[in-house]
Amino acid sequence: MTLLNIENLHAEVDGKPILKGIDLAIGAGEIHAVMGPNGAGKSTLAYVLGGRDGYEVTQGKVTFGGEDLFEMDPHERAAAGMFLGFQYPVEIPGVSNIQFLRAAVNAQREARGEDPLSAGDFLKVAREQAKALKMDADMLKRAVNVGFSGGEKKRNEMVQMGIIDPKLAILDETDSGLDIDALRTVGEGINAIMRKPDKGVLLITHYQRLLETVKPDYVHVLAAGRIVKTGGPDLALQLEEEGYEAVAEAA
Amino acid sequence: MNETLPLPTRRDEAWRYADLGALESVWADIAGQRETIDVPAGETASRQIVLEAAEPNVSVRTLDVHVGKGGRFALHCLAIDTDYGRIAVDVRLEDGAHFELGGAILGGCERTLEIVTDVRHDEPNGTSNQVVRSVLADKATGSFLGRIGVARHAQKTDAAQSVKAMLLDRSATANAKPELEIFADDVLCAHGATVGELDKAALFYMASRGIPPKEARRLMLQAFIADAFVSMADNDAREAMETKALAALEALV
Ligand SMILES: Nc1ncnc2c1ncn2[C@@H]1O[C@H](COP(=O)(O)OP(=O)(O)OP(=O)(O)O)[C@@H](O)[C@H]1O
Ligand SMILES: [Mg+2]
Repeated sequence: MTLLNIENLHAEVDGKPILKGIDLAIGAGEIHAVMGPNGAGKSTLAYVLGGRDGYEVTQGKVTFGGEDLFEMDPHERAAAGMFLGFQYPVEIPGVSNIQFLRAAVNAQREARGEDPLSAGDFLKVAREQAKALKMDADMLKRAVNVGFSGGEKKRNEMVQMGIIDPKLAILDETDSGLDIDALRTVGEGINAIMRKPDKGVLLITHYQRLLETVKPDYVHVLAAGRIVKTGGPDLALQLEEEGYEAVAEAA
Repeated sequence: MNETLPLPTRRDEAWRYADLGALESVWADIAGQRETIDVPAGETASRQIVLEAAEPNVSVRTLDVHVGKGGRFALHCLAIDTDYGRIAVDVRLEDGAHFELGGAILGGCERTLEIVTDVRHDEPNGTSNQVVRSVLADKATGSFLGRIGVARHAQKTDAAQSVKAMLLDRSATANAKPELEIFADDVLCAHGATVGELDKAALFYMASRGIPPKEARRLMLQAFIADAFVSMADNDAREAMETKALAALEALV
């Protein structure tokens, strides 16, 4: 079954075309890595899929779980099972991680017609996930991302993903800013949470290293708003050796 | 007898943002009304004021506070629910006395809500800390006027003001007017005022986690106004205040 199907997607920001015809289908059980030079449009693709204001779709179609994605508001996409891991996670002063995540989980449950989690049950899940990702449980009490180091923010994204337990994760450079041990922990976290037959991942990354732990089924090269090459895990190795320019030109 | 007191005009600094038309409708009944509070030396007192809807929907509360040597007075207040609402406090501080203000101004429609303080540090070593948070929607106007007077010999005075407003619509107005009259030289008067809008990136971040827009705004605004109540020592009183504030926010988000 196809989880996410992107067809001929064009999008612009401030009137400037950034995505210029993207085709990409993610099937259940698949992990797709997207690599590409700075400014290629990778984060733009993530934001367009998440439904961020100011990212205007000018052409094309995206379905998520068979439904028209663009008919859904951002919070509805989340409730339908989409998770966006941010390249730059946002700070929310005064709102604790716990408060934020419980609101998120229960809003999603309500949207799906499920009963809310009690404070106790929620805390149990949150602590388990923090532990699995080796994040100090005290950080759950702190304001969302406020004063977190770059690496802590990324780890916190993964704790959130573990708690929310999405169907499709779009992870934008979750590996950048992580130290070597954290990279492995986060990679293993992605595997534990998302490597399931009914789930899918779109993993945006610049580095081969994360892909050693999270083995992708497909690797795509995004350059200048289009996918210029698709291959297996070997493509990531080739990119690491030869660089984007050579690979994109040969395509 | 009340008729002898003339209606204030906007030329009175302390009334410059007031809704004088609304005030006029109740002026005969309230002119000159002040509640006096005298905190004896070394003692502590606190008050909470929450404006309530009335008919006509105007509410003006005026306090005249004197805090004796080494005493402490805390006022926490909500300017909400009224078409014209005003909380005005005059405070005189003796040697080493402290005044704490935590106020929230929450309004929509065409409401005019204000908190007006006049804190006089008449003697040395006095401290005051005023925290005001406003959330304004529609065509509401929320104002804080905070006058601080430090007498010539009131050395070691520490008078702080932190005033922040959040505008939910571009048509709303926030006024913040500190007025410092300082005649002593060894004093601290930290004051800051900001006006902002809800962080769009944070709203999208919350949406991406499944939190609907209304709830996301409520969470952020609740956190924003909480600053005004952190200084409340009594947990039950703080919770009661926050519950009322949240109910007022609910109408705005
Ligand atoms: N508001 C904007 N106005 C104009 N151009 C923009 C705007 N926002 C983004 N862009 C441009 O869109 C292009 C794609 O940006 P995007 O962030 O998607 O790149 P990326 O592939 O994620 O790069 P990186 O690897 O550096 O994260 C860039 O050239 C960027 O400058
Ligand atoms: Mg990017």
